[in-house]
Amino acid sequence: METVKIKTQENPKKETLKISGAEAIIHCLLAEGVDLLYGYPGGAIMPVYDELYKFQDKLTHILTRHEQGAAHAAQGYARVSGKVGVAMATSGPGATNLVTGLADAQIDSTPMVCITGQVTRHLLGSDAFQETDIIGISTPVTKWNYQITEASEIPEIMAKAFYIAKSGRPGPVLVDITKNAQIDEFEFSYEKCTAVRSYDAVPKPKVETIEAAAELINNAKRPFIVWGQGVILGRAEEELKALVEKSGIPAAWTIMGASALDSEHPLNVGMVGMHGNYGPNMLTNECDVLIAIGMRFDDRVTGSLDTYAKQAKVIHFEIDKAEINKNVHADVAVLGNSKETLGLMLPLIKENTHEAWHNEFKEKYKIEFDQIIKNDIHPTKEGLTMGEVIEEINIASEQNAVIVTDVGQHQMIGCRYAKFKKSKSNITSGGLGTMGFALPAAIGAKMGAMDREVVAIIGDGGYQMTIQELGVIFQHNVPVKIVVLNNDHLGMVRQWQELFFDKRYASTVMVNPDFVKIAEGYSIEAKRVGKREDLKTAIQEMIASDKPYFLEVKVEKEDNVFPMIPSGASVSEIRLK
Amino acid sequence: MEKQWFTISVYSENNVGLLNRISGIFLKRHINIESLNVSKSEIDGVSKFTIVVHTTERWTHNIVGQIEKQIEVIKAFYHTDDETIYQESALFKIASDLLFDERQIQNIIKENNSQIVTVARDFFVIAKSGRRNEIDEMYDQLKPFGIMQFVRSGRISVSKEEMRITALLNEFYQEK
Repeated sequence: METVKIKTQENPKKETLKISGAEAIIHCLLAEGVDLLYGYPGGAIMPVYDELYKFQDKLTHILTRHEQGAAHAAQGYARVSGKVGVAMATSGPGATNLVTGLADAQIDSTPMVCITGQVTRHLLGSDAFQETDIIGISTPVTKWNYQITEASEIPEIMAKAFYIAKSGRPGPVLVDITKNAQIDEFEFSYEKCTAVRSYDAVPKPKVETIEAAAELINNAKRPFIVWGQGVILGRAEEELKALVEKSGIPAAWTIMGASALDSEHPLNVGMVGMHGNYGPNMLTNECDVLIAIGMRFDDRVTGSLDTYAKQAKVIHFEIDKAEINKNVHADVAVLGNSKETLGLMLPLIKENTHEAWHNEFKEKYKIEFDQIIKNDIHPTKEGLTMGEVIEEINIASEQNAVIVTDVGQHQMIGCRYAKFKKSKSNITSGGLGTMGFALPAAIGAKMGAMDREVVAIIGDGGYQMTIQELGVIFQHNVPVKIVVLNNDHLGMVRQWQELFFDKRYASTVMVNPDFVKIAEGYSIEAKRVGKREDLKTAIQEMIASDKPYFLEVKVEKEDNVFPMIPSGASVSEIRLK
Repeated sequence: MEKQWFTISVYSENNVGLLNRISGIFLKRHINIESLNVSKSEIDGVSKFTIVVHTTERWTHNIVGQIEKQIEVIKAFYHTDDETIYQESALFKIASDLLFDERQIQNIIKENNSQIVTVARDFFVIAKSGRRNEIDEMYDQLKPFGIMQFVRSGRISVSKEEMRITALLNEFYQEK
């Protein structure tokens, strides 16, 4: 076990020292390599903020304008960097405001540690001012949580929190710390956690499952790979690419898996799921072996389970044992980290091309291109489409940008048409579908990858859920590019109302403020475009800027996203119109 | 898939909050916990939850997967009734005069292999261990005479197969 002893400048020889719990928390964060965190102060966390003030040369604290923003920023940071994101809040409302971010991180497997202040120990359970049972509240949406009531518990619990957040299938951890534990002094020493006896982070791969998988793959006539975020989290991008190229198997991705393989790789056949591509959805029900890698068969991916890939043998590569046979029966389950399991299987895979089978995907793509894609990205109608905006961003950023999307139509269009060359470039709220995610997540993403272009693409609805985080961009001059695709509607709900509720547009029409003026109020350079002839230049200008930049694009008000698998229908019932 | 009785056994660290985490997994899926017992296990510092549910094997499989995934759970299993040895305990509080006035009560106590655990001036208490149907039968026999109080424990059970928890923990310490 690695041991980290903290020495102060005053006592360089002493290996342990008597410090307050609050100071200990800072030392724990530093020992875990944290140099940036997001948060919002308040009564029950003030001792820690007092220490943050003293340590500001080593640890940057970004004051978000709402605790939800802190959680999403920490998520964006974690998703782009692969490191643990950290968010901090006070007790009561501060803590409850983190809950949406926790739930989002839990369902999208994002490593995050949230630290909340809590009322002093003797007041617990007394309905004290700003007391809330955040342990009870956060239990279903955390990988682990713990309430510290004594200062001496801090090092061990913090070490465990970071280990649990980042190991195995990552997830959010919440550590609630009573005020007395922040104030009391104790002998501090820190030891990193490398194992927890009741927690098997990464199951050891079994050779026989890898051999069985390889045999099925080698004998398959129409094999099909669907990969998810497990490839990115497991850092298995190279192994995936090698597998695809050696085996010649067409490969599609879930929304969370986007960017793990170059968008223009010839064997990358697109996105599966509700608004995914026509070919991969249709052919899911025609393949003979379905190779699922680091994905969890979410209902938005599978549609009706009763008619999902029933003809196929299923191989499931997965780190989380609880996902095996949860939604789809696996004929072969390969447990372990995807980098390791794919790496072990690769030498057993026979070279192949599967040309005729791959051509079926190309034919389906042609149908989709003619009926949908062409009109989305090269429209001839008057109104601007979301698709052409994404296409212009692809061109201007040379497919190198990190694309952060919110939730709704723009998200589906963004994920369908954004092109990626590098992994960890698609940051979105996949499982939870959290509107308001993108703006704070983009702030975190930019801070986690300062060398990369970060473009947030947001709808007019979601933008207003966390619009206050423009304050962070302003105060810290965070050079994110914000594109609001404004159709003056809650577009996705409106689309469902049009298709399934006889156009009864209940509460989906939005009267919006002047977004340009709002951005300008935060001294952010801002522009609005509504005409096709202005779009290209506007996007080029935005990408060329090295400062924060806001661009509002007035798009067609009542456009729909297709293809679409209606909720509960089969993947092969995907609609092109 | 047909609903059946399953006994879920959970070996875990003895930590505050884990019960809440585990019960939440049932709540989320609207599965009623028919019986719950928490006690120490054969291993020092390791707790054992015994949970009885009436549901399909598919749901039980998923629930056990989600339980075992919790950080502080060492291992979780599920078994059908045939695969376990199980018992429940019950206490009956009966008015003392009945013990003397109703000869039949003494027969019921004997025939059901139960014991009188205490006799006071006003009441006496009978303890009965056994399967649920045996306790139910005894309840039905005593009911006509009047039961002042009745309580039944959750199921406790041991599996016929080996659980290997000690071996699992030893492997952990050897690898370290």
